[in-house]
Amino acid sequence: MSILGTRVHRVEDPAFLTKGGTYTDDLTDERLAGALHLTLVRSPIAHATITSIDTSAAKQAPGVVAVLTAADCDLEPVLVFDRANKKMVRPYLATDRVRFVGEPVAAVLTEHPYQGEDAAELVDVDYDPLPAVVDVEAALNGEVLLFPEAGTNVATAKGSADPGAGFFADCEVVVTKQILNQRVAPAPLETRAAAAAWDDGRYTVFCSNQNAQGTRDDLAERLGVDVADVHVILPDVGGGFGAKIGADPEYVLVAWLARRLGRPVRWSESRSENMTGLVHGRAQHQTITIGGDRDGTVKAYQLKIVGEAGAYPAFGAALPNLTGMMARGTYDIARKHSSYVSVVTNTTPTGAYRGAGRPEATQAIERAMDLFARAIGMDPADVRRKNFIAPEQFPYEITDEISYDTGEYAKALDLALRSAGYEQLRAEQARRRERGDTKLLGIGLSSYVEITAGGGASENGSVEVHPDGTVTVLTGSSPHGQGHATAWAMLAHEQLGIPMEKITVRHGDTDQIPEGAGTMGSRSLQTGGIAVHKAAGELVELAKQRAADLLEADVADLVVDKDVAAITVAGVPSARKITFAELAAQEQLRVHTEWDAGKATFPFGAHVAVVEVDAETGKAAVQRIWAVDDAGPVLNPLLFDGQRHGGIAQGIAQAMLEEVTYDEDGQPLAASFADYGIPSAAELPSFDLVGMETPTDANPLGYKGIGEAGTIGSCPAVQNAVIDAVAHLGVDHIDMPLTPVRVWTAIQQAAGGAK
Amino acid sequence: MIPVAFDYQRPQTLDEAVALLATRGEDATVLAGGHSLLPVMKLRMAAPELVIDIGRLAELRHLRVEGDEIAIGAATRYRDLVTSTVLAAECALLPAVAATVGDPQVRHRGTLGGAIAHGDPAGDMPAAILALDGTVVLQGPNGRRSVPVAEFYTGLFSTVREPDELVVEIRVPRTGATGWAYEKFTRRSNDWAIVAVAVATMPSGAVNVAMVNMAGTPIRATATEAALAEGKSIVDAAALAAEGTNPPADTHGTPEYRRHLAQVLTRRALQTAIA
Repeated sequence: MSILGTRVHRVEDPAFLTKGGTYTDDLTDERLAGALHLTLVRSPIAHATITSIDTSAAKQAPGVVAVLTAADCDLEPVLVFDRANKKMVRPYLATDRVRFVGEPVAAVLTEHPYQGEDAAELVDVDYDPLPAVVDVEAALNGEVLLFPEAGTNVATAKGSADPGAGFFADCEVVVTKQILNQRVAPAPLETRAAAAAWDDGRYTVFCSNQNAQGTRDDLAERLGVDVADVHVILPDVGGGFGAKIGADPEYVLVAWLARRLGRPVRWSESRSENMTGLVHGRAQHQTITIGGDRDGTVKAYQLKIVGEAGAYPAFGAALPNLTGMMARGTYDIARKHSSYVSVVTNTTPTGAYRGAGRPEATQAIERAMDLFARAIGMDPADVRRKNFIAPEQFPYEITDEISYDTGEYAKALDLALRSAGYEQLRAEQARRRERGDTKLLGIGLSSYVEITAGGGASENGSVEVHPDGTVTVLTGSSPHGQGHATAWAMLAHEQLGIPMEKITVRHGDTDQIPEGAGTMGSRSLQTGGIAVHKAAGELVELAKQRAADLLEADVADLVVDKDVAAITVAGVPSARKITFAELAAQEQLRVHTEWDAGKATFPFGAHVAVVEVDAETGKAAVQRIWAVDDAGPVLNPLLFDGQRHGGIAQGIAQAMLEEVTYDEDGQPLAASFADYGIPSAAELPSFDLVGMETPTDANPLGYKGIGEAGTIGSCPAVQNAVIDAVAHLGVDHIDMPLTPVRVWTAIQQAAGGAK
Repeated sequence: MIPVAFDYQRPQTLDEAVALLATRGEDATVLAGGHSLLPVMKLRMAAPELVIDIGRLAELRHLRVEGDEIAIGAATRYRDLVTSTVLAAECALLPAVAATVGDPQVRHRGTLGGAIAHGDPAGDMPAAILALDGTVVLQGPNGRRSVPVAEFYTGLFSTVREPDELVVEIRVPRTGATGWAYEKFTRRSNDWAIVAVAVATMPSGAVNVAMVNMAGTPIRATATEAALAEGKSIVDAAALAAEGTNPPADTHGTPEYRRHLAQVLTRRALQTAIA
C-alpha cells in the first residue's frame, strides 16, 4: 500500500512538543560566542527630518560597546523593489529623514540585551516633524512628498484607469463600488531574529527566514561581497506567511555590524518592534465595476487599484500586478480590465502576506459578483454558475504566457453548497427575517482560483542512501512550519521502502545546499517535493543499474522490494536481493536532481460561510464554514488539512478582526496584541473541510499548492455572509474588518437612507 | 520589552508589606498578579524603583462570610472566585463576572484586589463591586479604613488610595444565588469590554446597574435604577441607561455606539436578572 495520501504524523512534532524548537534567538552555536546584542533606536515619528543625533550619553551607559548612526554606516541605501521609482531607496539607518514609525535610526551594541534597551533611551534624536502622508489620496495628490527628489509619491504603476469608451456600453446593469482590502500584520509567532559572525573574510548569518539561498544572494549584494563569502543558516523558523522572504534591512545591518565591530552580533525583535518593523500585507484600495445583463451574464469587469507601498517600496508595491492578473477569478468574462498605482505613505512598508495579491483579486471579484447579483435580483450562486469558465475551456489563457491549467469551478461550488445545505440555509434565513428575529443569518459564497508556484516552478533535491541504511534528503525548499520533513520523507520512502524514521531531511544551509528557492507562494510540494520524488526515482534507476550485474539480471527486470528496501528481480520470489544500503556500501549512492515544471498551477475551490449577526449590536459571529479546496491529489491529509485550517483562520480573521490602522499623524493604533485583532480559537468555528481532487498535468503526481488557498477562499465568503445577513436592511457593502461598530453603523445608515 | 531596572521585595507578612509601603510608598508599586503592571513596565510606560510583591501573602487570600457580608482578600485570584462554592450561593454575580476576565492563564494569576486598585475603566471587577455596593478596605500606617467603592474611584486609573496604603480586602453584601446578570460586549472572547453591564438585586430589593467603560470610572446607570424603582418596565428603564454618560471613543467604538450598547446590554441584563 502506498504511503502517499495517508495521514502520517509529522516527524517534526515530537521535538517541538517536548524540548521545543531551536529558533535563531535560542542558538548557542560556537560561532556566536561573545556576541554583542543589537538594539535599534526606532523613530517614534512618522515623518520628520532629523536635525541631530547625540549618542554621547548612550555611549557612556553600562555595557555599551558601540552606538552607530547613518553617519557611521557605509552600506548603500537599497531599492528594495527594483522596479519602483529609483529615488525611493531605503537606508539601513535613517539619514536625514524618517519616513515611518519604527524606522531604524541608530544601532546600539551592548554586552547584554537589557543594557541595550537602557542605552537606547539615551540616544537623543532631534526630529523636526513634517506633515505625515497617511492616506492614499494625500499620497496621490502629492502635496507632501516622501522623496522630494522623486517628484512623486507613486512608486510604480501600470495600465490606464480608463478601460476605454464602450467598455460597459452593452451592459444592461453596471454596478461600481469602492472597497478596501485593509492593511494587516503578518504577525508570525516567532518575531524576526538574526545572528551573524564575520570570520576569515566570510559572513555566517543565522536568521528567521523563508529562503536561505535568496537571502544569501541579497546579503551578498547589499554587503558588497561575493555570494561565496556569505553562509546563511536557517534554524527552526516560527512562521513567516510571506513576510520573511529575502534579507530584511535589519538582517543586512546585523551582518555588517559583525564585520565592522569584529565580534558576532545578535538581534531579536520584540513583538512591538515586529508590529511596525516587519512588512504589512494587503493594503489595497480598490474600485470595482461590473456590468452585464439581467439574465446574469457578466460582460465586463474593471478593477482599479491604489496599493499602499508604505514608506519604502518593497514587494508589496508589486503585488497589485498579480492581483490584476488574477482579477477575473473563476469567471469567463468577455472584457476584463485592471490597472494599478502603488504609492508611498508614511507607514510600514508592505510585502507578501499569505496569498499575496491573489486574496485581493478574489475578494474584489467575489464582492463584485454579489453586488451584481443583488442589482439584478438573482441568487449569488446562480450568477456564479452562469459565468464560470467551463471545464472544456481549459487550459484557459489569462495572459499571453499564462493559462489556468485545470478547473471544475461549478462542481466545486455545487459541492460546497450541497455540503452546507444551501437551500435549507436560505429558508432559515427567510424565516428569521419574517419573524423579525434580531439574530440574523447570513450566507456567503466564494469561488476562487489562485496561482501557486507562480514565481518559478523549479527546485532541486538530493537523495542519498548511506551504508547504514539511513537516508539524507537535501532540499532547496526550507520550511517555516509546513512539515516538509514529513512530506519529503514520505516521498522518498514511497520509492525506496526505507522506513520514514531512517530518513533525514536537511534544508536551509547554503553551504550544504547552495541552490534553492525556498518556501513561498504555495510552491514547495509541487517543486521541492517533486524534486525529491524525481531524485528518489533516479536513485532507484541508479541502484538497478548497479544491481543488475550482481543479481545477474536485466535492468528492465529489476524492481524495488519495498518491504526490505532492496532491488530484486520481478516475479522471481526466490531471487537474490540487494539492499540500497548494501549498494551504498560499495559506492556512494546519491542523486542530485533539478525539477522544473515550467509552469505554475492553479488550485481552486469554493467556500460557504454562515454567520449570525446580532442586529441590535452589529456583532457578527462565524458559525460554520464549508471549504472545498482542490489542490489535486493529497500527499498527507494531516498536513493538507493543517494548511487549510491555518489559512481559513487567517481569512476569517482578516474578514472579522484584523486591521493595522494609523492616526492622521501616522501613529500606529494597533501595534500590540492587546489592540491588534489576532483571533483565538474562541473566535473561530469548527471548519467543515470538503474533499475534491483535480490533478494538474504540471507534475507527475498532479500536486498543486495548498498553503494559501484557505485564506483566499474563506475571507470573501465571510465578508459576503455578513453583508448578506443585513442585505435586506438596505446594506450592500461593509469594508473589512466587519467589527460590531462597523456593521451597526452600516445598519443605521441604511435605515437612515431608507427613510 | 525589558523593564527599567527595579528593586523587588516580597514581604512575608501583611504588616511587613504595609511597613515597606509606608517608607517607600512614593517610589513603589504593588505587584499582585502582575497582568496589568508587568506589560506597562516592559513597555517602559511605568518605571517604579521598587516592586513590592504581595501576591503570595496568605493573609490576603481569604474568602469567607462575615455576618451579612462576604470578605474577600485582595490577593484572591479570579480563579478562586470562579470556583468558590461560598460565592455561588451567597453572591453569584462575582464568579460569573470573574469567569469573563481574560483567559484561563490570566484568571489563575490576576487578583481581585489588583483589579480594584488598578481601576481600569474597561475592567470587569470594579463595575461588579460597584453594582454590589461593595466596600474597599485599605490598610496603611495608621490602620484600616473602609471606602464604599462608589467613592473609591476619582478618575481614569485613579483612586482615593494613598501611596502608603494597600488594598487588603473587598467586602460585598450577601446577595444570593439569583437576581443578577453580567452582559459583557467584546470583539474577541478575551478582550477588554467595549461596554459591559452588571446587574445585582440587593437584599433590600433594590436593583443596581453598573456599567463598564461608559466613563473614566465604573458608573451606575442611575436613571435606569430610578425608573425601575418607580416601577417602569425593563425596556423603558434600560432606554435610560446611557443618560448622563460621556463614554470614550476608540478604535472599538464611538461614544454614540457605546451609548447604544449600554441600552441594549442593560435591557438584556435586566431581563436575565429580574424578568
